[in-house]
Amino acid sequence: MLHIVNKSPYERNALESCLRLAQSGSALLLIEDGVYAATRGNAAEARLKDAMARLKVYALKADLEARGVAGRVMEGIELVDYGGFVDLACGQPNCQSWL
Amino acid sequence: MKFGILVNEGPYTHQASDSAYLFTKAALEKGHEIYRVFFYHDGVNNASKYTEPPQDDRHIVNRWSKLAEQYEVDLVVCVAAALRRGIKDELLAPGFRISGLGQLVEAGIQGDRLVVFGD
Amino acid sequence: MSEAEQQGEEGAGIVKKFMFVNRKAPYGTIYALEGLEVVLISAAFDQDVSLAFVDDGVYQLLKGQQTKGIESKNFSPAYRALEGYDIEKLYVEREALEARGLTEQDLLVDVQVMSSAELSELMAGQDVVIGF
Repeated sequence: MLHIVNKSPYERNALESCLRLAQSGSALLLIEDGVYAATRGNAAEARLKDAMARLKVYALKADLEARGVAGRVMEGIELVDYGGFVDLACGQPNCQSWL
Repeated sequence: MKFGILVNEGPYTHQASDSAYLFTKAALEKGHEIYRVFFYHDGVNNASKYTEPPQDDRHIVNRWSKLAEQYEVDLVVCVAAALRRGIKDELLAPGFRISGLGQLVEAGIQGDRLVVFGD
Repeated sequence: MSEAEQQGEEGAGIVKKFMFVNRKAPYGTIYALEGLEVVLISAAFDQDVSLAFVDDGVYQLLKGQQTKGIESKNFSPAYRALEGYDIEKLYVEREALEARGLTEQDLLVDVQVMSSAELSELMAGQDVVIGF
């Protein structure tokens, strides 16, 4: 499954719930305000690093750049553009947006 | 791949409509098919022909209309959600049409993927 | 034949697993109510429909909702009507209930309570997942 999270982990529990319910082998794409979770040094970093042991995590480059945090991304998170977002949706059998 | 797209929020207040539009455009440019873009909840406000955003920023409604025209994308506004929010036929921008919630379910059935954009 | 039924006919043959994931409380926002409207319409399409209640979504199912004071429609009886539409798969995340000090007895409709792990597996196997 492609899990899509669009809110910061400090605003909503969407990322937390997603990580609790995502199966191993799924993909997680952070978009919009969700990209803040991908930044180094943020309090959710450890939680996300743990999750990266079982999920592949991606972040939308355009949203990172818009927010001025593209240079702060955690190691191991792959950046994609909208075309890459489309490819991710195709590559997984289903998708779920955690709003 | 055939995509259904669900847009749950109106223009500008949330990024949902922007993200949905940029995803949809990317999919079309890659040669995928967009079965339908369905606007629900406040998403119905994306269809209003009366929006007048500042000139130096993107025109969200017109952008959808242009995409619909260029690629023949079906832009559907939910009738129940629209009525609740005062969106009627005479207010629709080009390319949008009002129809039932069944069109969303149908997009889920007929599409290969349904991607949801919201708050 | 209603438009929904007609469309159900046109899609005849394809049966997909639809899961509607409810994570928001009722009344504070419209997502619970308008989400339910999608679920009710989906009944006309003969799909394999289930509902999951996670996080604050479990509050949608609480007994005793009384909305006179806020002058809004109490739509909670609609959850009891789902059975009449052959929508019987209602899954509630155990952790969500416990975190909110709730039990199955507090809910106004029969549900299947399951762990996050069990729900996770169910979700992964769906064709279409729509979150409200």
